[in-house]
Amino acid sequence: MLNRAQQDKVLLSAIWASATITILFLLWVIWHILSNGLSHVTWEFITTSYTRIGESSGIWSMIISTVYMVGLSLSIAAPIGIMTAIYLTEYSKPGSKVVKVIRFCTESLAGIPSIVYGLFGMTFFVTTLGLGFSILAGSLTLSMLILPVIIRTTEEALMAVPVSYREGGYALGASKIYTIWRLILPSAMPGIITSVILSIGRVIGESAPVFLTAGMVTQIPQSVLDSGRTLTVHLYKLTQELFSQSEWDQAYATATILIVLVLVLNMATKIVAARYNKASH
Amino acid sequence: MDNVISTVRTSTLPEKATKKRDWIATGFHLLFLACAMVGVLSVGTIGWFVFHEGLPAFQQAGVAQIIFGQEWLPPALFGIGPMIVASLISTFGAVIIGVPIAILTAVFLAELAPNWMANIVRPAVELLAGIPSVVYGFFGLVIIVPMIETIFNIPAGNTILAGIIVLAIMILPTVITISETSLRALPGTYKEAALALGASQIYTVFKVLIPAARSGIYTGISLGIARAIGETMAIIMVMGNAPAMPGSLLEPARSLTANIAMEMSYATGIHSSALYSTGIVLLVFIVLLNSCLLYMNRKRTY
Amino acid sequence: MNKFNINNLDLFYGETHALKNISLNIPNRQVTALIGPSGCGKSTLLRTLNRMNDLVENVKITGDVHFDGNDIYQDSDVTALRMRVGMVFQKANPFPMSIYENVAFGLKAQGNKSKDEIDAIVEESLRGAALWDEVKDRLNSDAFGLSGGQQQRLCIARAISMEPEVILMDEPTSALDPIATHKIEELMDELRKKFTIVIVTHSMNQAKRIADKTAFFWMGELVEHNDTAELFNNPVDQRTQGYVSGEFG
Ligand SMILES: Nc1ncnc2c1ncn2[C@@H]1O[C@H](COP(=O)(O)OP(=O)(O)O)[C@@H](O)[C@H]1O
Ligand SMILES: [Mg+2]
Repeated sequence: MLNRAQQDKVLLSAIWASATITILFLLWVIWHILSNGLSHVTWEFITTSYTRIGESSGIWSMIISTVYMVGLSLSIAAPIGIMTAIYLTEYSKPGSKVVKVIRFCTESLAGIPSIVYGLFGMTFFVTTLGLGFSILAGSLTLSMLILPVIIRTTEEALMAVPVSYREGGYALGASKIYTIWRLILPSAMPGIITSVILSIGRVIGESAPVFLTAGMVTQIPQSVLDSGRTLTVHLYKLTQELFSQSEWDQAYATATILIVLVLVLNMATKIVAARYNKASH
Repeated sequence: MDNVISTVRTSTLPEKATKKRDWIATGFHLLFLACAMVGVLSVGTIGWFVFHEGLPAFQQAGVAQIIFGQEWLPPALFGIGPMIVASLISTFGAVIIGVPIAILTAVFLAELAPNWMANIVRPAVELLAGIPSVVYGFFGLVIIVPMIETIFNIPAGNTILAGIIVLAIMILPTVITISETSLRALPGTYKEAALALGASQIYTVFKVLIPAARSGIYTGISLGIARAIGETMAIIMVMGNAPAMPGSLLEPARSLTANIAMEMSYATGIHSSALYSTGIVLLVFIVLLNSCLLYMNRKRTY
Repeated sequence: MNKFNINNLDLFYGETHALKNISLNIPNRQVTALIGPSGCGKSTLLRTLNRMNDLVENVKITGDVHFDGNDIYQDSDVTALRMRVGMVFQKANPFPMSIYENVAFGLKAQGNKSKDEIDAIVEESLRGAALWDEVKDRLNSDAFGLSGGQQQRLCIARAISMEPEVILMDEPTSALDPIATHKIEELMDELRKKFTIVIVTHSMNQAKRIADKTAFFWMGELVEHNDTAELFNNPVDQRTQGYVSGEFG
C-alpha cells in the first residue's frame, strides 16, 4: 500500500501526464495540418473554381456555397431563436407548462445527432417538399440544428440584463416591446452576437447533414435552389481519393482554411467578450 | 389649478390610441410565442418522420431481426447488430481513454496550472472544440491509420482502434471545458476548508473538489459520449465501414451513423426505412444516455 | 387636495401578507415620507402607486388606490399611469447608453415628439435635476461614466422628462455619500414646488429635513401618519415612539 504522500505523488504525475498528452495532441493536430497546408493556401487556390478532371482545383465555389449556407441558415434560425428567447425570458411565466414544453423541445433538439437531421432533411426538405438537393434544403436543415444554440445563448444573455433596466423602462411608461427593442436587446447584444458566431462555427463545421441535403455539386450555386458543396464536404470528398500529390496538397490546404476559420471565429467571440467587459467595467 | 393640469394630462392618450397599442402588444406577444413554437414543431416533425419512416422496416423484419441481426444486405436483410456493437465499442473505448485524461486536464487547468499557462491552454482547447469533425477524420486518416498499420503490422489501419483514438481526441475539448467550468464554479470556501484541515492539495482535489463538481463533470462526460456516438464523418474516414461484426479492435467496422450517411443518398423504399430504423436506434441510445444523466444528477444534490 | 387616496389596501406576495389594510391620503405638491423598519412594506406600497407590482408574479391586491379620483387598478392603462407617476429607484439605474439618450428614452418611447422638442426637454430636465452644468459638455458620453450621485440625479432627470405629476423615490440616497445626499435633498426642495413626491427613506433625519408628512409602517401596517414634526415630536403609538427614539429599527 502506498501512503498518502506517495498516492499524492502518483496522482500529481497523472494530472501532469494528462495535461501533457492533451496539449501534445492539440499541438500535433494543429501543427500537422498547418505545416502541410499553409504553403498550399495560395491566392489561386482560394479564387479559382474546381473541376473534376483537375485542370483547375481551387475552392472558390466551396467558399461561396459555405457563405450561402451560413448566411441563409442564420437568417432563418437567428430571428426565430432570438424571438423564442425573448418569449421565454420576457413573456412567459417561469415554470409554466408552455415554458416546460418549449424547454424540453429545444433541449431535445440539441440532443439529436446531426446525422439524424440529415436523414430528416433529406426526406422532408429534399423529397417531400421537393426542394431537391439545394442550398435551401441544407440551410433549413442546419437552421433546425443551430436553433437550440441560439436560443440558449440568447436566453442567457437576456437573463443577464439587470432587472433594474426593465423596471426603469417600464417606470417611464415605455411599452414592453419598446423596452425590449431599445433597452433589453441592445444590452444583451454581446451575448446575442456570440450566439451567432457560435452558430456560424456550427454551420461551417457540419458535414454529414449538409451533403445529405445540399448535395456535393462543385459549381457556384446560382440560386438557393441549386446544390452546392461546402468546405467540409469538399475536404471529405478529397480524402476519398488521395492519389496524386496535388490531391494531398488540396486536402491539407482545405483543412488549413477550416482551422483558420475556426480560429478567426474564436477570436471574434473573445473580442466581443472583451469589448463587453470593458463597456460594463 | 392642479385640477386643470390633471385634466389636460389625462387626455393625452385617447381611448383609440390605447386600443391600438394593446393590439400591437398582443401582436408581438403572439409573434414571439409563434417563434417559440417553431422548436416544438421541429422536434415533433423530426420525431414523427423518423418513426413513421422507420416503422416499415421494423414491421417487415421485426425488431429482433434488426437489432440482433448480423447481416446487412438490403433490401433483404437489415441486421444492424454489428453497427450497434461498433458504435458502442468505439464510444466506450473513446470514453475509457478520453474521459480520465480530460478530467485530469480540467483539474490541471482549474487548480494546478499557473495562470499564464492556463490562459494559453484554455483557448487552445476551445479552438479544438470548434474544429470540424472532417478535419479530425483527415488527421486520423493520415496519421493514426498508418500508425496502426505500422505498429500492429496489418494491411489496413482503418479499424475500430483508429475510430476509438480519433473519438477520444474529439471528446477531450468537450469534457475538459465543461469539467473545468464546474470546478471553477465551486465556492472557494470548499478548498479553504479542506486545506485548513491539513489536507494536501491533491487530496482536496480528489476528495472534495471533484465530488463537489460531480454533476457538472457528469454533464461534460455525457456530452462527450453524445458527441462520440453521434459522430459521423470522422468515423467514416477512419473506421473502414465494413458492415460485418468485428472480431477485434483491429478490424474495420461500421457505426450506426456511418450506415446512415453512406447509404442514405441512394437508398429507396424499405432500404431507406431500414436506415431510419438505424436512426431510431441511435436516438434510443441518446435518450438512454440523457436519462442516465438525469438520474445521476438527481440522486443527490448539494 | 389629495393626489392619491389609498383605501383599505391589502397586498399579498403569494402567502406573504405584505400590506395590511392601508388607508392613506397623499397630499398634492407635498413631500410624503414613508418610514419604518426594513421589510415593513414601504417599497411595496410605493410600487402599488405606479403599479410596478404588476411585474411581480403572484401578487394579489384588494382595496383601491385613487389617483386624482380615478381608481388606478380599474383603469387598464398602466402606461399612461406610469407616465404621470415617475419613479426613482434605490440604486441608480441609468441605462447603458449616453446621458442624452437616458433622458430622452421615455420621450422617444412615447414617440410623438420632434428632435428639437426632445432636445429642449432633455436640457430642461437635466436643469431640473441640477445636473445640466455638470454634463452639458458631454451629453453623448456614457452614463456609467458619471459618479453615483450624478447617476441618481440623471435618473431623476429621466423621470421628470416625462413631466409627471408625481415622483416616487425609493431610498434614493441610501447608496450615496453625504455630499451627494445633500445635493439630492437640495434638489428635492426645488422639485416639491412642481411635483408631488413620495419618498421611502430609512433615515429619520432625512424625513425630518425634507418631508411635509410622514407615515410610519410596521410589519405591513400603517401605524401612524401625520405632519412630520408632529409625528417625530409627539408620536401617539408606542411603536412609533420606539422607532423614532431609535429603540428599534
Ligand atoms: N417580489 C416579492 N416577492 C415576494 N415577497 C416580497 C417581494 N417584495 C417584497 N416582498 C416581501 O414583502 C415584505 C415587504 O417588503 P418591502 O416592501 O420591500 O419592504 P421595505 O421596502 O419596507 O423594506 C417583506 O416581507 C418582503 O420579504
Ligand atoms: Mg425597500
